Amino acid sequence: MSASLTLVIVMAVMYAAGVYVMLERSLTRVLIGFLLVGNATNLLIFIMSGRPGSSPIVTGTAADADMADPVPQVLMLTAIVINFGITALILALIYRSWWLARLGDEGDTVTDEHAAETVGSTEESFRSVTEDEAASQEDLDASERGSEHAHERGSEHAHEQPHTGERGDPATAPGGGMNL
Amino acid sequence: MNLLVPLVVTIPLLGSALTLAFGRRRPQQIVVSVLALTLVAVISAVLLVQVDQTGPAVVNVGGWDAPWGIVLVVDRLSAIMLLVSALMLLGVLLFAVGQGIVDGDRETPVSIFHPTYLVLAAGLFNAFIAGDLFNLYVGFEMLLSASYVLLTLGGTGARIRVGVTYIVVSLMSSILFLSAIALIYGATGTVTMALISERVADLPPDVKLVLNLLLLLAFCVKAAVFPLSFWLPDSYPTAPAPVTAVFAGLLTKVGIYAIIRTQTLLFPESPLSVPLMVVAFLTMIVGILGALAQADIKRLLSFTLVSHIGYMIFGIAMGTPLAIAATIFYVVHHITVQTTLFLCAGLIERVGGTTSLARLGGLLKAAPFVAFLFFVGALNLGGIPPFSGFLGKIALFQAGAEIGEPVTYILMGAGAATSLLTLYALARAWNVAFWREAGEVEDYESPMLDALLDDPDDEGAVTTRTISPLMTGATTALLVLTLSLTVFAGPVFAFTGRAAANIENPATYIDAVFPNGAP
Repeated sequence: MSASLTLVIVMAVMYAAGVYVMLERSLTRVLIGFLLVGNATNLLIFIMSGRPGSSPIVTGTAADADMADPVPQVLMLTAIVINFGITALILALIYRSWWLARLGDEGDTVTDEHAAETVGSTEESFRSVTEDEAASQEDLDASERGSEHAHERGSEHAHEQPHTGERGDPATAPGGGMNL
Repeated sequence: MNLLVPLVVTIPLLGSALTLAFGRRRPQQIVVSVLALTLVAVISAVLLVQVDQTGPAVVNVGGWDAPWGIVLVVDRLSAIMLLVSALMLLGVLLFAVGQGIVDGDRETPVSIFHPTYLVLAAGLFNAFIAGDLFNLYVGFEMLLSASYVLLTLGGTGARIRVGVTYIVVSLMSSILFLSAIALIYGATGTVTMALISERVADLPPDVKLVLNLLLLLAFCVKAAVFPLSFWLPDSYPTAPAPVTAVFAGLLTKVGIYAIIRTQTLLFPESPLSVPLMVVAFLTMIVGILGALAQADIKRLLSFTLVSHIGYMIFGIAMGTPLAIAATIFYVVHHITVQTTLFLCAGLIERVGGTTSLARLGGLLKAAPFVAFLFFVGALNLGGIPPFSGFLGKIALFQAGAEIGEPVTYILMGAGAATSLLTLYALARAWNVAFWREAGEVEDYESPMLDALLDDPDDEGAVTTRTISPLMTGATTALLVLTLSLTVFAGPVFAFTGRAAANIENPATYIDAVFPNGAP
């Protein structure tokens, strides 16, 4: 099996950089690290396909020996799709944790108030994701409009007030284990 | 008949799509997911009988023969794992439905829970029937992606925080697994397990060792083997009770299943037997010592989960037919009993308002039936005769004595000690939570409770104190299942023995995949 030295070097650099960035505390960097390491692995699969050749489509124009190995390409495609899905999920998590860190307890209060409204009517006793998102967006907009005020209030709230909400949790306070 | 094989993956996936379409209609969602899992359970039972009588069922997806196409293989090991996990998933689903009815779905947002749960099921079943390494990887990724969503349900601060740890650790192990697949492809030119098994024999021993170690490392993270188990006790207890139950019962066991597969089919006579035994020893002892220090019942159970993974690694490390048979029996026993105990913890949380031993008391009077369920489950996990936990451990010890080397005797000693310490930890939990009077909780002094660590993420009291009959019913049904493993231990052990005989002779597997001989 022969492989391109450039590819091997690129892969090694990506692995190294990816692992290094992943060790950071910030979630966004962890995500970047994951992307680098994931793509380095894709390159590794590609390198394992050996010598490059003509496209592996059976048309009768290329001899079997001249074709590139199609299997690693298929594996790579699948791996790329999986990585893409997971990246989307992590982005959602980052957004959520940023939201919690920024709004602190208030972040959860929004959800709770919202639930309290809907629980009243028995038909709509469960909430949908879209409603949640809309509520959070509204709250974010509101907090951004009076940004300085909200900021002060938010940090005061998280640092000094005892957690009264039933779902209140120290982790939601700014700096409580996650910084962005 | 073989057409049944792909159905175990497609039915949950179709169900998942349907439940997503039914987004807001709760009753329909419940009907679809219960129906889907029931169907899979029935199919698995049929497959189990069929495979036992006529040998492995093989399906070449799309009509492409192995190794060019994707091949699905159900042998005895896959069949029993399929059946047990389908039954567990069904039981836990009923529990979750019961809890959802009482809660009005504050903890399990209805529009996401059912579709995700079914994707988890599909990924799990896909991993069990995968005949090539890459399909195994896809199965893992399906169930892990679903588990990321389930673990962070509701998006509270605590869940997001532990969710991130869990996700990053799982991703690293997935990347390791994928790299291992790439290297194996580079070395053997195939990802079909049956063909790798044929070709790996020609590899130089050091290359073989590296590939083996890479795969083991990836699977050991998923199976929570010490020292790669640190993530488990932190992440599992934070999820909603039914989710924790299903994670504890099944997710680590997929890792064990994958280890059994690779160690017996791809790398038989591996030189890693002694290192595996060392790791098994440490997993048992460190895990159970961790359990002793926990004041929170869910965390305590998570640590016993880690510790009992050690027994299975011990069995795999020995690798004799008797040891493998005992390991499979132990896996089945442990899936059922650990799931039941976590569901009991869910019930305790509802009755007592918390799972912290420092604050629980008087539950024997408040909920005598929950006390009974937890007690029987605890005895079973602790390995008290005549329960299946005892039988599984005895079988493992017998296999160890048969080999009769000093290292296996040390492992047997560690196993017995772990068993006793498990019993101690659970008996203490039972005494404090159930036997102590409710009035005694304030200012309670006892050497038993000194130096216990309370859960740092304790979310405080749970407000809903009602239990729906469905929750108790589901837990009872699972307990009956664990007890039937005891009653029918003879036939079950005979079956796992035949499964181990299959596994010990990879030729059975290879011939089933390549009826005309390997290319």
